[in-house]
Amino acid sequence: MTGAFRTPDGGRIDRTRPLAFSFDGRGYSGLRGDTLASALLANGVHLVGRSFKYHRPRGILSAGSEEPNALVTIDRGAGRITPNLRATQLELYDGMRARSQNRFPSLAWDLGAVSNTVAPLFPAGFYYKTFMWPRVFWRHVYEPAIRAAAGLGRAPVAADPDRYLHYYAHCDVLVIGAGPAGLAAALAASANGARVVLCDEQPELGGSLLAEAASSWLRETLDTLAQRAEVTLLPRTTAFGWFPDNLVGLAQRVTDHLAHPDPQLPRERLWHVRASRVVIAAGAVERPMVFAGNDRPGIMLADAARIYLRRYGVKVGTRAVIATTDDSAYAAGVALQQAGVAICAVADPRTEASDAARASGLPLLLGASAVATSGKLRVSRATLSNGEAIACDLLLMCGGWTPSVHLYSQSRARLRFDERLQAFLPGEWTAQVRSAGACNGTFGLEACLEEGYAAGDATGVRRHYAPPLSQPTAQPAVASGKAFVDFQNDVTARDLVIATQEGFRSIEHVKRYTTTGMATDQGKTSSMNTLAIVAGLTGRPVPSVGHTTFRMPYTPVTFGALAGAARGHLFEPVRRTPIHDWAVANGAVFENVGTWQRARWFTRNGEDAHRAVARECRAVRNAAGMFDATTLGKIEVTGPDAAEYLDRLYTGSFARLAPGRCRYGVLLTEAGFVMDDGVVARLAPDRFHVTTTTGGAASVLHHMEDYRQTEFPELRVWLTSVTEQWAVIAVQGPLARQVITPLITGIDIAAEAMPHMSVREGRVGEIPARVFRVSFTGELGYEINVPADYGLAVWHEVHAAGEPHGITPYGTEAMHVLRAEKGYIIVGQETDGTVIPTDLGLDWTIGRTKRDFVGKRSLARPDMIRADRRQLVGLVAPEVLEEGAQLVADATVLPPIAMLGHVTSAYWSETLRRPIALAMLSAGRARIGQTLYVPMPDRSIAVRVTEPVTYDPESSRLHA
Amino acid sequence: MLLIACPWCGKRPENEFRYGGEAHIARPLDPASQDDAAWAEFLYLRSNPKGMHAERWRHIHGCGRFFNCVRDTVSDRISATYRPGETPPR
Repeated sequence: MTGAFRTPDGGRIDRTRPLAFSFDGRGYSGLRGDTLASALLANGVHLVGRSFKYHRPRGILSAGSEEPNALVTIDRGAGRITPNLRATQLELYDGMRARSQNRFPSLAWDLGAVSNTVAPLFPAGFYYKTFMWPRVFWRHVYEPAIRAAAGLGRAPVAADPDRYLHYYAHCDVLVIGAGPAGLAAALAASANGARVVLCDEQPELGGSLLAEAASSWLRETLDTLAQRAEVTLLPRTTAFGWFPDNLVGLAQRVTDHLAHPDPQLPRERLWHVRASRVVIAAGAVERPMVFAGNDRPGIMLADAARIYLRRYGVKVGTRAVIATTDDSAYAAGVALQQAGVAICAVADPRTEASDAARASGLPLLLGASAVATSGKLRVSRATLSNGEAIACDLLLMCGGWTPSVHLYSQSRARLRFDERLQAFLPGEWTAQVRSAGACNGTFGLEACLEEGYAAGDATGVRRHYAPPLSQPTAQPAVASGKAFVDFQNDVTARDLVIATQEGFRSIEHVKRYTTTGMATDQGKTSSMNTLAIVAGLTGRPVPSVGHTTFRMPYTPVTFGALAGAARGHLFEPVRRTPIHDWAVANGAVFENVGTWQRARWFTRNGEDAHRAVARECRAVRNAAGMFDATTLGKIEVTGPDAAEYLDRLYTGSFARLAPGRCRYGVLLTEAGFVMDDGVVARLAPDRFHVTTTTGGAASVLHHMEDYRQTEFPELRVWLTSVTEQWAVIAVQGPLARQVITPLITGIDIAAEAMPHMSVREGRVGEIPARVFRVSFTGELGYEINVPADYGLAVWHEVHAAGEPHGITPYGTEAMHVLRAEKGYIIVGQETDGTVIPTDLGLDWTIGRTKRDFVGKRSLARPDMIRADRRQLVGLVAPEVLEEGAQLVADATVLPPIAMLGHVTSAYWSETLRRPIALAMLSAGRARIGQTLYVPMPDRSIAVRVTEPVTYDPESSRLHA
Repeated sequence: MLLIACPWCGKRPENEFRYGGEAHIARPLDPASQDDAAWAEFLYLRSNPKGMHAERWRHIHGCGRFFNCVRDTVSDRISATYRPGETPPR
């Protein structure tokens, strides 16, 4: 048998397929078609959780995704432990292992429940009031203790082994919700061949029809839709958010309901659906009633009890009391009575019996309501307002229905308040978003079907239907005792009283102060009760109280689904040069520069980093080094106006630069700040090869395109990124020319024929090459550009040709040291977006005769000519300083003290056999020779200010 | 995610584009003739309206071209896109 509370027949469960499962380690049996909630209820288990703040025993409130109480952890083994799942949504599978949460040591005997007895200490805002002092206690005592005691399930710690995929879909009509209105909309929309996606969060399509007697209409409709080629049916798929221009996010659960999932399948899919039209048919959520003790296990929404009976064949109790303000509860009462549940009383605060009430034949108490309950782990008695106390094991409540307007509201359309329903409803239909059925305030099967057809139909002729007469009456009075408004966050009506007494008027403030509606259920069952109570307390009508924002996601979405395939090595593309594998095989240690991987240094014979970098530096200074500079950004600038264009972009002059010559180029923003630098080489009158920093390539091209397209469209010039087309091998050092001479054909590379800052086109063997004589090390140097596919082959050739000369591959770290010895800046290291060329001693790059270039006018603004601007200097220090460290004038003064500048680069200089540093220092050039201090946590370091160039200031080696 | 109609390529999702700031702020033809206040205004002052905003976008992962767009900063609705040099629709 699958539970003592299973009916002998009926329901949509498969009675021939028993499934074993465990809850808190105890074994139970359920049926295929059960949810965890229905299977537990069939076994008479109502106590399933402890509440967030007070650790009160909690049962199953609802039968759907709005469930605030029955949160469980599902354990499928390491890395597959998922907390905070709603038992009402979990399809049972054979071997399911579920655990309750927020209890110690057990659900029935929970130590944390002591907080319930001292509950007066924990009213709204208690965090803010109680844990104020001493201040340090918050971080070290209060917060850890509160976090341990309160809360939900534990987050898993092991890596998630499952796969998640993203799908991108386009359709004419997306229908959200497959109840009667949604099905009708899908039928109407697909009748003329439109592409339709129909999704529903439940495993079966049908919505409220699933709790009705078997319906041939439902079966036929699903058959029809399944046969239409342009219709996609997506059960187990939650539309969790609406985004601009009708992009809707769907979370599809693919394997969580299977005992043995196909390993080929992803666990979940995240659909990005772009729809011409969205039809929202999301239904409505039954509203609890607010009275003292309304949260005990055995207290349930009335229609949920009917669903458990009709859909799952489960009687959720034996003796029931019903408290309702809405006629729908009478149908639930009649259904349960027919199944053998004793209905002891129906308390209805309305003074006149409605037709439904009269027709039900249930024992009716008009003008009455529930005021209190008792029972330890399950309700055992309900006390009504007339003083009657009735023994029961079930209390069903219905405070009306709240249409699910979440997605509609996210579409930035306005909601209107409906007095009769006491709820917010969608405003007018738009061409893009329509609502149909209960989420639109339309109740009754026929009306929902007709509204659904109209919403699905392209013409969208809208008809109005009067909701049946059954309305919640007055706003709930504030109940005494622990009357819960928000079950999941343990917010009571009393908390709302406190918040309003303390002056909170805005519903957004009340929400944050009391945390009502802020739990994982986002207030699905609590929002309207909160608004009504606050409206009553502040003497305002509900519409003027307003409503809080309906944020996405509708129900929680896993991080896995949001991340999709973008994790691990697929998180971000990695760019590697053609020489990468050689570097790996030769001991390279890599660093990430932008998305590139660059070799920092090459270790030999177990050297540490310091020794490796020192050896590489010595090789470049004394013989020759080779360096993979492929990652440099490269832009080819072509066209008759190319030189004029570059003149307008760069600080320097290029109009008179002869073909075959190069010039150092500095690029400024229009505000005058250094943006990037590089070498501008003229290959021909109408063709330039421009290099950028590795990290700046994309933004430089964007900047250049901006001016080309929008400010200087009259210039005939074109820009092409060629970063990926060329591999670049730098050969640097006094023996560089000897190394490459035997390799190069078609170029005279003699010192006089090819001077410093020149470019030639020729060959390396048979391979076409652009050879630059440039240097970022201060030594004689060449950069050989060859088509990227030949990069590795030419690297091998250079390496072989250099071996007799002791050529040494070096990495970015040695490159940084060597350039710092020469006082060459690195954009982004010496500069930070507030630095102008003058600050860096780069005035010489500015073409003085040029009328204009981007950023020129800004260089004359008052702040740019102040004497105290930070300027590039060198520092002599007794140790390698920390980059980013501050410079101050006096070592004896404690902070706060004026900071004169900061260290931008600091290295051990193997060449000079001492530490070197570059710094940006206020009025730095005037301070050369002074002693300043670098304050550290335990001491101050005295440093002497010097010129930035510390090696070969005459640059004689460059011109060797 | 917005759907943006590139004047050359048609409607594409927002993540193919890069935002380019307020439109129709022409760089002065002779920056040297601008006084400091006028130049600072050109550099830094923008209209930042609540409502209709003419702004630049670039179809950076498509045709690469800049164009202009009128977007309501309240509703995020785009009422028009048009090529550089064309006047904004009224």
